[in-house]
This record gives sequence, structure tokens and C-alpha cells, in this order.
Amino acid sequence: MTSLINTSRPPVFCPGCSHERITLALDKTFQNMNIAGHEIALVSDIGCSGLFDTFFNTHAFHGLHGRALTYAAGIKMSRPGLHVIVTMGDGGLGIGGAHLLSACRRNLNMTLLILNNFNFGMTGGQFSATTPPEASVGSGFLNQLERPLDACQVASAAGAAFVARASSYQKDLVDLLEQAIRFDGFSIVDMWGVCPGRYTKKNKITPASIGESLAGLSPMTGVVEANIRPEYGTQYRELSSALKPANTPKGVAVNFKPLFSNRREVILLGSAGQRIITAGEIICLAGMSAGLNATQKNEYNITVLRGPSISDLVLSSDPIGYTGIEHPSVVVAIAQEGIDRRKGLFAKLGPESMILAVKGLVLPDSRARVHEIDMKALGLKSQDYAMAAVSILAGMNLILNADMLKQALEYRFRGSALEASLTVMNQCLTTS
Amino acid sequence: MHFVFMEGNEAIAWGAKASGCRFFAGYPITPATTIYQTMINILPPDGGIVMQGEDEIASIGLCMGAAMTGLKTMTATSGPGISLYSEQISFAIGSEIPIVIIDVQRLGPSTGSATRGADGDIQFLRWGNSGGLPVVVLAPEDVRDCYTLTQKAFNLAERFRCPVFVASNKEIGMTRENLDLDSLEPVEILERTISNTRDGFLPFKAASDSGVPDFLPIGDTFPVRQTSSTHGPDGYITTDPVVISQMQERLRDKLESTIDSYSYYDAVIEPDADTLIITYGVSARAARASQRQLKQKGKNVSLLILKTLWPIPDQIIRQFGKPVSRVVTVEMNLGQYVHEIRRILPEKEVIFLGHMDGRMISPQQIQEAVTHDQLD
Ligand code: SF4
Repeated sequence: MTSLINTSRPPVFCPGCSHERITLALDKTFQNMNIAGHEIALVSDIGCSGLFDTFFNTHAFHGLHGRALTYAAGIKMSRPGLHVIVTMGDGGLGIGGAHLLSACRRNLNMTLLILNNFNFGMTGGQFSATTPPEASVGSGFLNQLERPLDACQVASAAGAAFVARASSYQKDLVDLLEQAIRFDGFSIVDMWGVCPGRYTKKNKITPASIGESLAGLSPMTGVVEANIRPEYGTQYRELSSALKPANTPKGVAVNFKPLFSNRREVILLGSAGQRIITAGEIICLAGMSAGLNATQKNEYNITVLRGPSISDLVLSSDPIGYTGIEHPSVVVAIAQEGIDRRKGLFAKLGPESMILAVKGLVLPDSRARVHEIDMKALGLKSQDYAMAAVSILAGMNLILNADMLKQALEYRFRGSALEASLTVMNQCLTTS
Repeated sequence: MHFVFMEGNEAIAWGAKASGCRFFAGYPITPATTIYQTMINILPPDGGIVMQGEDEIASIGLCMGAAMTGLKTMTATSGPGISLYSEQISFAIGSEIPIVIIDVQRLGPSTGSATRGADGDIQFLRWGNSGGLPVVVLAPEDVRDCYTLTQKAFNLAERFRCPVFVASNKEIGMTRENLDLDSLEPVEILERTISNTRDGFLPFKAASDSGVPDFLPIGDTFPVRQTSSTHGPDGYITTDPVVISQMQERLRDKLESTIDSYSYYDAVIEPDADTLIITYGVSARAARASQRQLKQKGKNVSLLILKTLWPIPDQIIRQFGKPVSRVVTVEMNLGQYVHEIRRILPEKEVIFLGHMDGRMISPQQIQEAVTHDQLD
């Protein structure tokens, strides 16, 4: 196969920069593997390693600093047949740390080449995530305070199944790159090199010294047995192909005449765990079965299992504009927390409004009619109070009736949940 | 008739699917999470791809990679996530990457209140990118709009190859409403224009009539380039000021010179009205109610509901502003879009009504704003 080097854009690195060697090694790898430019997507980061995409006649994606792995994953998922190769410096490694961890955990078949030269070459030699504390860099004394990151240890701890630490000068680099690209999963090659433009001006580092440093570390040469597992994309396609298609939600049949015209507002005041939101939905579905428009706006705390749970409902034969509650016809008071959260509402209620309240709750003063329900006497549990109150409303033919409620329950629930709700309904329809 | 009970977020997801969205990536954030949840339920069984990013930067990055392989992509978040998207948004603008971005706005600043609504990001969406080039922002007022405006957002993203925002709000996204799916406005689905030549293909050379480059995907038989650096038509870095300025002006003009073709709005005009209410988003619903209530009281006001917020539909604002002497601008923030209205209608008395405390603006407040100032 011929070289994929873009002869109209020759590399522009400083003389002696190890990036140039890697450029040539990568080209040689492509040739050995016999892959064409259009079968490769080269995703480059920022900095001197970010120039890589311009040197090759391949698909190229040059994005933002540290984010190369994010685009690469999007490309690989959409075009699984492409060889996706990311080039990134030690700068990108630091700023994009979360993406590195995630790529290792995902195991999507891409190759990350870290061009590690221990500093930010392009911006003037500041310290990076891999700069040793004893180095002299463009960040004053700050690098003395931080411990350098071993990308390979981090990657293998995060689950990468192919991790290699290499010198940009080692003889078998081309073979190593081929192994990494051929590996069916996420592969990472951390290539140590020199930056004569910045780093080696004040720090003694040579191909030989890199070799010695690497020899002093426990070698990482590729496959990490403990992390071997199925490739993400393959597994994704397998799992997703087994899923049942999601149909558009089924329609609500309009079978009844509405019990009122114009706008009616209902508010449910309860607490977490009382199925307030579901009860609100049931009222709306019941209204829709009579051809009414309906809106439901809910309020609950972020900690979903504690605190008030409130549902604001509007039912109307006209299109519903404002979805807030202004003059509720019915206030269903189920729990003190909900009442307290909306206590300001009660003073505004007139005699035309009704409060359906669980016996024992403290209601703020209002002019509304109060209808108490003795839930204890009915033998109901707190999680059924809301559904019981809806059933009592239906029994009174207020807002909804029994037929509408039954249809709503049958639309919303299946199996034992449906049975349980019908039991509560039947028990409460006649208890008003 | 197909009568469903759906929240705005679900409608956005279904609208996206109907638009041919094949890739969604998101990160959980209230009040936008149910878009992600709906997408994971409906897209993968249909062969589409849904991913959860490690953060918002990754979510949008995943989409951008996928977009350049030719897929229609969408991501969804709220204000804090838009902040993290910002640099990627600049990239998508400059490198002409089509993407639909949903912002289900919540009360800010910052973490603010996850479950309270606001329209506090309206200027941020427009200006929260480096370089200041235009973007498209559409604003739904209800669940129906969530569905159809999402479809329009996809069409605009494909047509102009740019990020298109849908500026929703917790009060729409998480409010359920009945919707007749059979009564939705039919939206013809557009596809990106694919280059019919490969020989000499230049990824950023605009087709002369549209100002937008024809497309070849990453993965085509012809290698294509994508870059965040300042580039010429060939997609390589350039320092030539003439080439650079042509590129920047084209990115501006492709959107601003065509705004009349996608200025979506709804207007309820009373011929004898002296006051025009201009609003958008969920506040439009209260405005409709207050307009009806005022009419019952014998006071006619006109109403303009903007659904395209950016680029500014100047033409529409001028046209409907012309016959009145007063304009009441209603928005769920402390005054953002009103600055544009004042700029476009300098000769009119422009009154602002808004607050940002988690409560919606009520019809009553709008009525008071419309009538009160006339007593002054
Ligand atoms: S600054 Fe350093 S990394 Fe950049 S080209 Fe020069 S030697 Fe290479």
C-alpha cells in the first residue's frame, strides 16, 4: 500500500521533535496494515499533536482541547467499519481526563495515541499532567507541587484492555501501533518523546534517557488480560437489536360527555409516596375520555421519596392557556406537607370550591365547603389515599364520573396494579 | 384522532424520531432528563443510537462526531449543561456541524432550582459562543410546539448546517398535556445536501445559491476533513484575511439573510388595538388567556407570539408593531428579549413585564401590565 502522508502538507514540527517520528511510524503502520485513507478517521486534539490530521490523506476531525475522544466515540458508533485513531498530547490527557476514563470503561474499538512529551510545547512549555516535579518548566515552581500522572496505570485501572507504554524511538513501535489498532476494543499507547522546541532546552532528556526511564517502570506492553471483555459497539448493537419497538403511545378513546363546560381546576396536595402524580394523571385521562383538554403540572422535591407532592390540574372544554391554578373547584388535601406548601391558596377559596380532605389534617381557614374522608375507617393505606379521593370525586360526579374513571384506570394500568386500583375505586365510589 | 397525554419533553423526543434523528447523547439533568429517557426507549429498538456522556461536554461531542458521519443528532440539557456545551457550540457554528440542542430552561443562575422554570437563557443561547456568530433559537409554547418545532429545528440544522436550539422551559417540558397526534401540522422532512462530486470536493466551499457547503460524510469513499481551526474552503488552517472574512461573513449571512423563510410566529390581531403584547414560550399561554379576558372586558389588544427568537425576526416585529403605539413585552426573566424589541421599535412605548422566581407569569399580571400603564 502506498503512503498516506499528505505530500502537499509536510510536517512542520521543530527539528528533532519526536512527533515527526510518530507521524512516519503511523504511516508505516497504515501501509503494513494495507488500509486506505477513507477507511481511517484521524481525530486530533489540540497542541502540536493536534496538527496530525493535516499530515495524512484520511478522514480528519480536529476539534477542541481534550475532547477528541468524545467525537471519536460518536464517529465509531455511527461508522463501526472505520479505524478511528485519536492523537493527543499530555495536555489533552489532563484536560480530557473524564473522557479518558470513560473511553477505558466503555471499550469502544478505537485507538488513543498519547504523544507524551511532558509539557505544553505549543504554548511555551508549561507543566502538564505528566511533567516530573524536578523538571524546569514554564510554570515557575508549580510543577514541584504536583505528582505526575501515569496514563497507563490510570487506563488499566479504568478498564482499558490494551495499554502500552512506549518510547517514540523504540524499534518495534510500528508493530506495537499495528497491534493497538487491530485490537478489538479501546487501545491506548502512551508514547514518550522529546520536545526540543521547549522542554529539552532546560531539561536533559534524550531517546536514550527515555529508554532508561521506561526500563525502570513495570512494563505495559499491550493486552491487559484482566480487562478483556466484549467490545462496546458490538455489544450495543446486540443488546439494542433485541429490544421491542416502542410504539407511539396509544390513543385515549373519547366515549363520554363531559360533566361541565369551560375551565375547572383541581389541585392535589399530598406527600411523596402517595402516588399523587399518578392520581392527577388519572383525573386528566378521565377528562380526556370525555373530550376535554387537560394539563398536569407537578411539584415535588428533588429528593423524590420525601416532602410534599403536588399536582395542579386543569380540565377544560376550551383550549387551555395558563396552566397555573387560580380558582380551584376542588382541592384534594391528602397530606399536611402538601397543604403547608400551598397554604396561601386557602384564603382565596370561595364557597363554590370544595375541599376533599383526609380526616385529621389541619386546614388553613377558607370559605370553601369541606368534605372529610375517614381513610382509617375505610382501612386504606397512605399510598391509596389519592386514588381513593379520586374515586370519591367520581362517586359524587364531580369533575369525573365512575365510567370515566374506570376507562382511565384500564388505560393506565395492567394486571395486578389495575386490579388493585379497581378495588379501591369500587370501595370508594359509594362512600361519599 | 389520536389523543395522547404527554409532557413537552416526550413530544420533543417523538418529534425528533419523526424527523429522522438517529443519534442522541445526553447527560441526566432536571428538567431535561425525560427527553433522554424517552429517546432511550424509542430510538435503539429502531436501530438508532443513544449514549450517555460522561458529562455534557462529552454528550454534545458524541453528537458532533456522529453528525459528521451524516446522522441527524440531538442532545438535551438545561442551563448548567448549556454552559458546558458552550465551547462545542462555537465549534459547531464555525465548522458547520448540524445539531439540535434542546434547552429545557430552569431557574438560574447556576445550579439555581432544578424543578422551577424560567426563560433565563434567551440571550445566553444567542451569545454563549466565542466569535458571536448567529445561531437559530426556536421557542415552543406548548406540547404541540415541542413536537413540530423540534421537526423544524432538525430541518433548519440540516439546511444550514448549524446548531439549532429549542428553548423549552420546565413549565412546558415537564407539564403534561393532551395532544391529538393526528392533528399535528405536517412538516416535510429535509435532508442535508450531499455533494454530487467527489473529485475536487472542498468540505467548506459553499454552494453558490445557498451559502451552505454541500456535504460528504466521514466514512465516505472520499476522505473528508473537519476542523475547529480557522479554515478555508479546503478545511485546512488559513491565515489569509480575505479567505477568513469571507468564511465568517458567510456563516453570518447564511442565517441572517434567510430569516424571513423561517420566522415562525403566531399572531392574534385586533384591528383597533393600540397595544401589542409580544411574548414567547410558556408565557404565551398566559398572554392568550389575558387577551381573551381583556376582550371580554371590552379592551382589545393584539398578541404576537414569537417562535423563532434568533436570528431576530425583525420583519415580523416591525410589521405587527407598526399599527400600535404601545408594546408590552412579557418574558419569564428580568428583561432579555425586550432589549431587541426596544431596538427594533424605537418609536414605540415598550413596557416590560417579567419576573424570575419560579412562578409563571399569570394572565392577571399581564392584564394589569396592559391596563395599568395607560392610567399613568
Ligand atoms: S514545540 Fe515541542 S512538541 Fe511542538 S513541534 Fe516543537 S518540539 Fe515538537
